[in-house]
Amino acid sequence: MSDQIKLLQGNEACVEGALAAGMEFYAGYPITPSTEIAEISAQKLPAIGGHFIQMEDEIAGMAATLGASLAGKKSMTATSGPGFSLKQENLGYGCIAEIPCVIVNVQRGGPSTGLPTSPSQGDIMQAKWGTHGDHPIIALYPNSVQEIFDITIECFNMAEKYRTPVILLLDEIIAHMREKVDLSSKDSIKIIDRKRPTGPKEGYLPYKADEDLIPNMADFGTGYRQHVTGLTHDVTGFPSNSPIVALDMMTRLMKKIEINKKDIVKYEEYRLADADFAIVAFGATSRAAKDTVNRLREDGIKAGLFRPITIWPIAEDELISLSKKVNKIIVAEMNMGQYVNEVERVACKNCSVEFYGRFDGQPINPDEIYDFAMEVLR
Amino acid sequence: MPKKYEIRLSGSGGQGLILAGIILADASLLQGINAIQSQSYGPEARGGASKSEVIISETEINYPKVQKCDMLLCLTQKSYDQYIASLKNDGILIIDDSIELRGANGFKILSLPILKTANIEMKRPMVANIISLGVISKVLDIVKEENILKAVLKRVPPGTDVINETAFYKGASMI
Repeated sequence: MSDQIKLLQGNEACVEGALAAGMEFYAGYPITPSTEIAEISAQKLPAIGGHFIQMEDEIAGMAATLGASLAGKKSMTATSGPGFSLKQENLGYGCIAEIPCVIVNVQRGGPSTGLPTSPSQGDIMQAKWGTHGDHPIIALYPNSVQEIFDITIECFNMAEKYRTPVILLLDEIIAHMREKVDLSSKDSIKIIDRKRPTGPKEGYLPYKADEDLIPNMADFGTGYRQHVTGLTHDVTGFPSNSPIVALDMMTRLMKKIEINKKDIVKYEEYRLADADFAIVAFGATSRAAKDTVNRLREDGIKAGLFRPITIWPIAEDELISLSKKVNKIIVAEMNMGQYVNEVERVACKNCSVEFYGRFDGQPINPDEIYDFAMEVLR
Repeated sequence: MPKKYEIRLSGSGGQGLILAGIILADASLLQGINAIQSQSYGPEARGGASKSEVIISETEINYPKVQKCDMLLCLTQKSYDQYIASLKNDGILIIDDSIELRGANGFKILSLPILKTANIEMKRPMVANIISLGVISKVLDIVKEENILKAVLKRVPPGTDVINETAFYKGASMI
């Protein structure tokens, strides 16, 4: 066994991925089931000259994460539902001020402090709409320990590339289980760094975007003068009430993600080639769904799995194609019906959509999806 | 050999069963086969009946939780009472000999002095988990004994190698 092959916990793999991506700063407030991410970051960051700080609460943790990024460091924070709620205000600030960073949310049962040690997928909509106002967001959701490592790197890359906060969604199951990880990919992975200004310091416009709609970002303290605000602002970074400025800013913010959906939207298709029935699931539930698909196939049912890895933006084109191909889609998720609403929105013209949810703090197992599938396929 | 081998290690919090699960998963990786380890969290992990689960397979493991155990280890009566129903009818039951079997049958039952050996003979209650792994190494076909021992020595705290190796062989010699 190569020394790059390790048995790691999901939360451990998240930190390994963050470090491989170049994380140098972590701020947060520990909370089950994400605590190991803080613990391991606290152990490992000082050893590489990075910094870990435990703040007084999650609001401050998010603020410090944004601050470190403005100072030029790749930064991350991790939390669970209750803490994710607290981070929302500053998350919105990160979106409008275009500050790259990674926010991990290891989902547990909610609302409020809910079921601290039980799995859930109840924050799918919160990841998109938790902070107020229209805003772009990228949220990714891996389903194995290896993928947590790889996708954490991807989150940092996307944050840097598109100058935006990126949310890494996990759930208690994949965050706490231990599985094989091959870290050797570390040496060959592409690491993306934000675009920094190279021109004269005088006349630098911090929010003047290039053709790719992304402005060059100067590190605080390097002599490029900049102003950062949560207010609607023009290219100088200073607030403005002008409708034209507001229109331009909002349009660009949304468009910089929209035009890059091909790069951002990641998904896995399993046994879908000849399928006439599909299960849509993500995170831990998608692992159960894969077993269900195999069992349905043994029964002669042409079932397949569509697994969105990118939760936001929605894999709209891919779901539309899927809905034209199959007669029926089951969406299985550990909540009372969230992602299913998006699937219905894009797929309902072409095929029927059924929902299977669980919200008692227990994982969805392959047998119950199988039983539900047999019921709706009858 | 079944496609997927599901093991549940149960007892009370503090008996080191989570570490035992991690060691079994490590041993599987050493052998080049897949494994997933998970455990109970929260109040049940502290006192009461606690459990650690390992799924071992030569093929891909999807659903990561144990559904029906091929092997069940119980070190306390409480954990036996709670988890006996999760054992397959033709599964292997390994229990401490202080546990009273309540109508369990059909299983292959190994009732062994695991806690007595740890507490009285070795005077180190904390090695009950490693003694258990010694027992398991003799009845688990899918992972080799040498790989389990190798994984034990990799995971135990430095300076405790000798005591843990002794505990491992004490368990192995019970079979």
